[in-house]
Amino acid sequence: MTELPNATDRKMGLVIDLDTCVGCHACVISCKGWNTENYGAPLSDQDPYGSDPSGTFLNRVHSFEVQPSACGSEPAPAAQLIHFPKSCLHCEDAPCVTVCPTGASYKRVEDGIVLVNESDCIGCGLCAWSCPYGARELDLAAGVMKKCTLCVDRIYNENLPEEDRIPSCVRTCPAGARHFGDLGDPDSDVSKLVAEREGMDLMPEMGTKPVNKYLPPRPKDQMEDQIDILAPLLAPVAEEAGGFLGWLDKALDKLPGNSTEGAN
Amino acid sequence: MHPAPSVILFTTLSGLGFGLLFFLGLGMPDVTGMVSFVFFAIAYALAVGGLLASTFHLGHPERAMKAFSQWKTSWLSREGCCAVGALLVMGLYAIGTVFLDTQWTLFGVIGAVLSLATVFTTSMIYAQLKTIPRWNMPLTPAMFISFSLAGGALLAGQETMATALLIIAGLVQLGYWSYGDKAFAESGTTMGTATGLGDRGAVRAFEPPHTGSNYLLREFVHVVGRKHSQKLRMIGFGLGFALPILLLLIPFEGLMLKHTMAAIAVLSHLVGIACSRWLFFAEAEHVVGLYYGKR
Repeated sequence: MTELPNATDRKMGLVIDLDTCVGCHACVISCKGWNTENYGAPLSDQDPYGSDPSGTFLNRVHSFEVQPSACGSEPAPAAQLIHFPKSCLHCEDAPCVTVCPTGASYKRVEDGIVLVNESDCIGCGLCAWSCPYGARELDLAAGVMKKCTLCVDRIYNENLPEEDRIPSCVRTCPAGARHFGDLGDPDSDVSKLVAEREGMDLMPEMGTKPVNKYLPPRPKDQMEDQIDILAPLLAPVAEEAGGFLGWLDKALDKLPGNSTEGAN
Repeated sequence: MHPAPSVILFTTLSGLGFGLLFFLGLGMPDVTGMVSFVFFAIAYALAVGGLLASTFHLGHPERAMKAFSQWKTSWLSREGCCAVGALLVMGLYAIGTVFLDTQWTLFGVIGAVLSLATVFTTSMIYAQLKTIPRWNMPLTPAMFISFSLAGGALLAGQETMATALLIIAGLVQLGYWSYGDKAFAESGTTMGTATGLGDRGAVRAFEPPHTGSNYLLREFVHVVGRKHSQKLRMIGFGLGFALPILLLLIPFEGLMLKHTMAAIAVLSHLVGIACSRWLFFAEAEHVVGLYYGKR
């Protein structure tokens, strides 16, 4: 069972738009919620209200800062903050599947989803060792390996309204930064998106051939001198009064007694 | 990598045990009866003790039988099959030498090959992992096998062979450290390739996904022991190789003194190998740490 299929009929996966993600972590929470209440062992927490809380998550959002280097005599452009959601990439050449000694880990022929049969898992952790992306976490309460199922219990679930038959993280994302579809079909929306935006693989040198793709952040617009577009409209209209009013203003200032400051 | 005591104990003890079984299977020392029983008891205690210790880190040890099924792809499964095969075949050979005063050479040779295969499959569990560049090199199996053979020869009382094998194992150890220190940089994996953002500029981990720790950090990012790694390398090398070689080369008068020195050499070697094995895990850096800006 842990032999990888030569090819899968479809390559279902996610496309994550690093340009759009706002780092709100809504996908993290909805993933934890759905996958705790549905398929398989719940995603447990340890010491959730104590001093050292930790827990099992199938999707986590990192944030990275990218500092472009200075180009020639130009100063370095401003650093960019990039929010970076990370979950199982459902690799075509998934090392986590072949290392499994029990056959609990497998890649489905029909849609390419990598799953764990929890009743066969001995919790040795070797699959997590073999994954470069940190996609697998051993649940400390259940003693079995947990990973993203691509919400296999949603996407084919006819009890759900059709618009909900997508992974929980995709359904939840308020920014539209996550897309779900068949990356094996060059005509699918996700494949077109990847082609248009030059979607990339994470750690291609690992040879895992990830199905999930990441869309790089778009280049930022050139920073202009005036950042605040409202500033010109808010500029003081009459800073210095001229003519008779100017003379009157100065004359009144010279009189003893208090004048109200900060008239401008 | 987190240096789990159960795995360090397992690889150290069972490596030594299967090394001894290798020499016993080849008729070194050529003993029968009670003496043979003592040798086999030590070998089985080490090999089986180590295997049992390894089940302590499983989430579901009661399902361990399932681990024999995936030998086609999984080195861990192959290790289980080889270990059980070696113990069974060597058990038959032991019955011959201990109780029947006969050496079934065929069983001995097959058992010896399976014993060595067990050590090789153990090493390949680590060497196969591209995610841990320090392990992902041919020197990893070379190290496991040379350690096992050197320790086995030492325990089997093969003085000349033990001296030679300890020198070889010591050299492999130095080579492993020397190449291992460069492995991560040479793997080409950086925070830039991990995030795919490396072409745009210098990538820095700005915020982790959560304020606390998690399974990945506990398992893969272990930095506590690394600051003493140079000292531990000296201790491991001194106890594991230098002292045993010295004790083997110094001529001792009298059987009692000779046996005492041999026992000290074995114990010193065992402690040294455990020290080296602790470093094997503690110094290993998993690429997933890059996502957290850690190694």
